[in-house]
Amino acid sequence: MITTDTLATREIALEHGLSPDEWEKIKETLGRKPNVTELGVFSAMWNEHCSYKSSRIHLKKFPTKGPHVLQGPGENAGVVDLGEGMAVAFKMESHNHPSFIEPYQGAATGVGGILRDIFTMGARPIALLDSLRFGAPEHPRTPYLVGGVVGGISGYGNCIGVPTVGGETKFHPCYNGNILVNVMCAGIMRSDAIFRGTASGVGNPVIYVGAPTGRDGIHGASMASAGFDDSALEKRPTVQVGDPFREKLLLEACLELMKRGAVVGIQDMGAAGLTSSSVEMAGRAGTGLLLRLDAVPCREEEMTPYEMMLSESQERMLLVAEKGREPEVREIFERWDLPMSVVGEVTGDGRLRATFGGDEVADLPVSSLTVDAPTYDRPRKPERGLPYDDPLLKLPEPEDMGSTLIKMLGHPNHGDKKPIWRQYDYNVRTNTLTPPGGDAAIIRLKGTNKALALTTDGNARYGMLDPYKGGMLAVAEAARNICCVGARPLAITNCLNFGNPERPAVMAQFSLSIEGMAQACRFLDLPVVSGNVSFYNETHEVDIYPTPIIGMVGLLDDIQKRSGHGFVSENDAIALIHPKDEAPLPKTCAHEYVWLETGQEGGDAPPISLDAEKAVQTACRRGIDMALVRSAHDLSEGGLGISLAESAIASPKSRLGVEVWLPEQEGRLDGLLYGEAASRILVSVSPHAVDSLQEAVQSCGAELTRIGRVQEGAFVVKSPDNVPLIDLAMPHIVAAWSGALSEVM
Amino acid sequence: MQFAVIVFPGSNCDHDCYHAVKDVLKQPVRFVWHKETSLGDAEVVILPGGFSYGDYLRAGAISRFSPIMRAVTAHAREGRPLLGICNGFQCLTESGLLPGALKRNESLRFVCDDVWLKCETSRTPFTCGIEPEEILKMTIAHGEGNYFCDSETLATLEENDQIVFRYVNAEGDVNPKSNPNGSMENIAGICNLQGNVVGLMPHPERSCDSLLGGEDGLRMFMSVVRKVVSS
Repeated sequence: MITTDTLATREIALEHGLSPDEWEKIKETLGRKPNVTELGVFSAMWNEHCSYKSSRIHLKKFPTKGPHVLQGPGENAGVVDLGEGMAVAFKMESHNHPSFIEPYQGAATGVGGILRDIFTMGARPIALLDSLRFGAPEHPRTPYLVGGVVGGISGYGNCIGVPTVGGETKFHPCYNGNILVNVMCAGIMRSDAIFRGTASGVGNPVIYVGAPTGRDGIHGASMASAGFDDSALEKRPTVQVGDPFREKLLLEACLELMKRGAVVGIQDMGAAGLTSSSVEMAGRAGTGLLLRLDAVPCREEEMTPYEMMLSESQERMLLVAEKGREPEVREIFERWDLPMSVVGEVTGDGRLRATFGGDEVADLPVSSLTVDAPTYDRPRKPERGLPYDDPLLKLPEPEDMGSTLIKMLGHPNHGDKKPIWRQYDYNVRTNTLTPPGGDAAIIRLKGTNKALALTTDGNARYGMLDPYKGGMLAVAEAARNICCVGARPLAITNCLNFGNPERPAVMAQFSLSIEGMAQACRFLDLPVVSGNVSFYNETHEVDIYPTPIIGMVGLLDDIQKRSGHGFVSENDAIALIHPKDEAPLPKTCAHEYVWLETGQEGGDAPPISLDAEKAVQTACRRGIDMALVRSAHDLSEGGLGISLAESAIASPKSRLGVEVWLPEQEGRLDGLLYGEAASRILVSVSPHAVDSLQEAVQSCGAELTRIGRVQEGAFVVKSPDNVPLIDLAMPHIVAAWSGALSEVM
Repeated sequence: MQFAVIVFPGSNCDHDCYHAVKDVLKQPVRFVWHKETSLGDAEVVILPGGFSYGDYLRAGAISRFSPIMRAVTAHAREGRPLLGICNGFQCLTESGLLPGALKRNESLRFVCDDVWLKCETSRTPFTCGIEPEEILKMTIAHGEGNYFCDSETLATLEENDQIVFRYVNAEGDVNPKSNPNGSMENIAGICNLQGNVVGLMPHPERSCDSLLGGEDGLRMFMSVVRKVVSS
């Protein structure tokens, strides 16, 4: 008989963030009122973070299958085949709300969580990447948040010994009250040894391993399912504290145990802790679980069943082992000085039951918490948040384009991010072929001639201007980045950061953005194998710009055939790979330039043709594969001007500049220089190889236009009729770029 | 020649050292778990980098109490080659096998970067194949690499030729700008009086492959092989 001495009420349910309808549905499902422990379980499983109740119907639009997909969404991470018996597991996750409240621990535990998602699959984590969004550089809280978040990622990732090899950091006032901290992890495994979060085999023991449970993080998942107001910082005590040392032990112990073959299923205790791990494992297997909460290792006294079920203490895992092999599990975890406790068993009744002190404290149908959890098709109403007019047209043409370039390079969005990534151990495990800062990170696979290419990418402004196109552009750009290093894009994960889904305008952004991403994914053959949704990114009812972040994995078949983004040699030709039916450069969409000059945003997101995009990407890979391309760098925010500067700065000792003529085409000169467009890749090539590259590019259905040459020392851009627009010494460029983050760090 | 790489809970450069010795140097190597008490037939012992015991309390402060450290200390006292890299260096100073201490970086931030090092002495088994004044490139990755000792100890180190590496710029100048962590006299690595125990903050095991940007670290491993074979 279930304990009813602490019966829940409607008021308690509402306090837990459940709606009145959801409270009625719970009573109907159970045929009685739940007690508070049960209510806690419902509130944890039915909140947005765990149930995906507002997003689920939309996420179904993503293509998730492919011949190389070994595990799609629905598990702790997606898995893709790499050939030669190897596979890569990867996923990206957000830790936005906790990181805004307590940046160091919020970011650190974000890293801890995504690492567990990867080694839970049986993979050894080999790389971390981040994607960070902060408020305006001049906002008083920004330096504190940057320092804390970077410190947290550094503190956790470095300690556990997984290199942080790449990522991106951008600043925009729309994140003033709600920063984004997204972290991606990739791990390597044998393709025939994938572990899953399933609690199968009636009678098999359910085992708790890792750190003991405390009262930290109770309702963390609920926090991630509500917006911020002035009381946000009072939630600081609900942010968990990370212990990367313990996680390192857990990682080694789990991988060792998996090799023994005693593990039936395993899942990390992330958001909603013991509740979500047990429920999801039973849900996937179609079984039930009996948990004996007296056996849960606790580090605080007199913890109640409610607290044990909802604690989000870090560095814990739940696993189901083959019956009789408990001693093996115990032996390994004792060796690593980690608590291990048999806390229950798999049952065949499809129910989640928990006992404590001789009483049954919970008895719920598993399905009511998983497949039968509420889903909503929330109302959608597209709403234009920014003006249609292109603000470039109102901006007078600058008298000195050199100073505009210097100004852009000196902004934290475009300047040197080394003060950030220098705090990350990016080459531990000795596989990192390029330091952070390139188009994509390249991580070799020891024992093979192959390497992985990894990138994270997203552009919130495009999403705000046109969510559908913004979604397509995000996928296209990530793939372009992978191609710029010479690799073949394989699959994606994503982190969908949006505002409050209860507002129809946000739901419309979300839905359209997914449709755009899905369209690009189908076209470019990129299945979505894992992902994460983060709603309620709002402060005082103002939503962030829609910010879908793409994490992409590509494969480089021959490690020797790769490219960097820095110019290599004086007198090399500089050229643009672009769509064959379009002018080399766009003439509008100089969004970042206009914004930095005037603070205005508006107009349209850049146009994109997926046919042309595919051709350009293929052409770039072909050029690298034929060893014709010496450097490749895609055009993105800040257009040609910024890309040229970045390739020059990345040349040996930053000594190589350019002499470039803007191509003869319609449009304002500043529009041509800073206009943003999809499907453009800046390459350098030996002057003798230009014709061969031209032929190769054309054979892929794209076009190559020569625009200048690499020269020593000076950065010169001229108009088509040879009027100098920019003439700067490279040290001047480097100085502006390298000091850009000083304001925020 | 048998190498041993000690594995403390929290070591994370153990695999990199193992890989450098086995796959690049082509010498036999095995991991030795910190709870073991014997080094077996190991002729060269490496304390790898990482965050042993999470670097809680102080970096290296707890690992020095691990059971294997008795055997490691005996190995050192017998005059046999012992190399402590990064966290291993911190463990060596904590256990008194090397003088001084490693404080938090002056910036109070972790720093990962390529640095230039000047070799100051060829008398250790790990630098016998490197000329004094030679400039090498290696990676650093640490939060507590700021070497410190009292002035008497520093004078002894100088006098007895115990400073093994200093941070320099590409031209070999020792100056504050080339110092990544605030360490005293730009010290990057030192040895004991006999010279058989060497500790350094940079990671030679990460600089053993031209694909990864350099092979200068490999020369330390090649040095010790030559030294042991010839003795």
